[in-house]
Amino acid sequence: MDINDIIKPENKVYGKSSVLTDNIMHYCPGCSHGVVHKLVAEVIEELDIQDKTIGVSPVGCSVFAYNYLDIDWQEAAHGRAPALATAIKRLNPDKYVFTYQGDGDLASIGTAETMHACNRGENIVIIFINNAIYGMTGGQMAPTTLLGQVTATTPYGRKAELNGYPLKITELLAQLEGTCYVTRQSVQNPAAVRKTRAAIKKAFQNSMMKKGTSFVEVVSTCNSGWKIPPVEANKWMEENMFPFYPLGDMKDR
Amino acid sequence: MKGNEAIAYAAINCGADGYFGYPITPQSEVMETLMKEKPWETTGMVVLQAESETASINMVYGGAACGKKVMTSSSSPGISLMCEGLTYLAGAELPCLVVNVMRGGPGLGTIQPSQGDYFQATKGGGHGDYRLIVLAPASVQDMYDFVDLAFELAFKYRNPAMILADGVIGQMMEKLEFRPTKPRRTPEEVRAQCDSWATLGKPKTRERNVITSLALDPVVMENFNIKLQKKYAEIEEKEVRYSTYKTEDAEHLIVAFGCMSRICENVVDMARENGIKLGMLRPITLFPFPKKPIDALVPQLKSIMSVELNSGQMVEDVRLVSNGRVPVGFYGRQGGVVPTPDEIYEAFLKFIK
Amino acid sequence: MAVKGTIVVDTEKCKGCGVCVVNCPFGVIALSHEVNSKGYNFLHMVSPDKCTGCTSCATVCPDSVITVYRVKI
Repeated sequence: MDINDIIKPENKVYGKSSVLTDNIMHYCPGCSHGVVHKLVAEVIEELDIQDKTIGVSPVGCSVFAYNYLDIDWQEAAHGRAPALATAIKRLNPDKYVFTYQGDGDLASIGTAETMHACNRGENIVIIFINNAIYGMTGGQMAPTTLLGQVTATTPYGRKAELNGYPLKITELLAQLEGTCYVTRQSVQNPAAVRKTRAAIKKAFQNSMMKKGTSFVEVVSTCNSGWKIPPVEANKWMEENMFPFYPLGDMKDR
Repeated sequence: MKGNEAIAYAAINCGADGYFGYPITPQSEVMETLMKEKPWETTGMVVLQAESETASINMVYGGAACGKKVMTSSSSPGISLMCEGLTYLAGAELPCLVVNVMRGGPGLGTIQPSQGDYFQATKGGGHGDYRLIVLAPASVQDMYDFVDLAFELAFKYRNPAMILADGVIGQMMEKLEFRPTKPRRTPEEVRAQCDSWATLGKPKTRERNVITSLALDPVVMENFNIKLQKKYAEIEEKEVRYSTYKTEDAEHLIVAFGCMSRICENVVDMARENGIKLGMLRPITLFPFPKKPIDALVPQLKSIMSVELNSGQMVEDVRLVSNGRVPVGFYGRQGGVVPTPDEIYEAFLKFIK
Repeated sequence: MAVKGTIVVDTEKCKGCGVCVVNCPFGVIALSHEVNSKGYNFLHMVSPDKCTGCTSCATVCPDSVITVYRVKI
């Protein structure tokens, strides 16, 4: 069968989501951000909520998320996205409201806003990209940087006595009464991507059921920050990140 | 009714959509009154106690970006925490109301009244070239009336507005006349007013709206700054508010705002009783500062004295207007001490000698 | 029932990260020796006959440059 006979609209089984814009993403080759952006777009498209969704982008690499998903967006000050989302949702209960935050934004400068939004049980979705490094500023230590991991500000590796321990904020949030769904996923292979997609979909659906905050961590790679090519970075993540940040649902009620 | 309580009732009655705050003396009655009144059961107004002033002001950002009439209130140290949010709000051109019931500083300072945040309110506070619209109430009635006025101006110019009160006005009890109430805008009215910029959910019929203050391209950033400055110039042109007391034949002028303008009315009367032609100009808007009205008085004046509850902040703006044409003096008390009319009159006599 | 698939790659948007290549179960795809205008070795099919249209490559693609087609034969 000729390829041109297959390439017909009726035979299309997978393509770019209509909620994604045509802008070329500024992310480095192989960056997990692109996959997670796509999944959020696919969920918005599937639930048909493009006109009811308001996104909040952080400070960090994904500050420009608003260039890629064709929905209304607010860009927050560093770490403050959950405070914005709190007000957006409380003032507009009929809207789907999500934040999209990296580890520095969510687990360092924005720890208070994150904890309290989750503890109040705001009916929002928080998507947390944990790549254990500050990407945008050039690869410095993040709160989630692993012990021994080399970054621009831990050139000899992170040491507990100097830098403290990597923060398992997702485990902390799972303890809070306000969260209804807390999960940790990844996007390095098709099975993982599909699980993350299902998690994001469930989180969005939860936000209309007044169950509390849904929190989806995606353990991710930062090829440039880690200085490891994309395919090897995925392997490094599986070997080094997953033992400390094990995947799976921590809470689902 | 207390000035702080008046703020709360004014918010409910003018159709505010949300209040987000954090307790701090001397303004905690604002949120306490709102919580007691439960407006979410009547008008649908959202009231939320946040985990910090930082969160409060960012909740205001989130709400304002949805075209809602949202506000917060705090006092000096809390406003310092909010300055990050204020510059982002100004940079994203979002309308909102922030009430500062000033107390003495610096640092944790005192809970007694002060006007020590004049610089912070009118010259920035946060980083970058931005301005707030700043209203200075001098009575409980002002506290009430300025809430609606501040929202009107904030939405007219898509700019954060501040009511810069002080502990005296916040805690003082006076008779208050309620104004006709305004209902909260319906979602359709919000969309009609704000759909060109606010995050109301993107319909197929328009491009997505993005609320941001980020512009990495220097040309884009400069053009945005030029646009902002044009807006501020328009505000300076059109929105100056002030009142005068016995200035028609005045040879000497006191400039005072907020609670100090009330005390200085007595000083004017004392001077007049002693045959000295003293008048007073009270800036109601601190930004825009009433440059033209003061400038118009300069030719008839022998002196101007700025009287403030700080160590001399507004006096710098008065000097800029005078520009060396008449001597400009200053009298103030700090740290929560409020001067008496006698004390100010003595200082005035010493200055004009 | 057998299936036959193929992909269309937006070569200008492809950044040549290669994550799709290792996730293709049938060795259909590889990075080209040619580069696009950005200098990236973009994705192309080297064994198109083996493609089943399983969507693995497109699913992991961070830049949504792969469209997948499939027919039953």
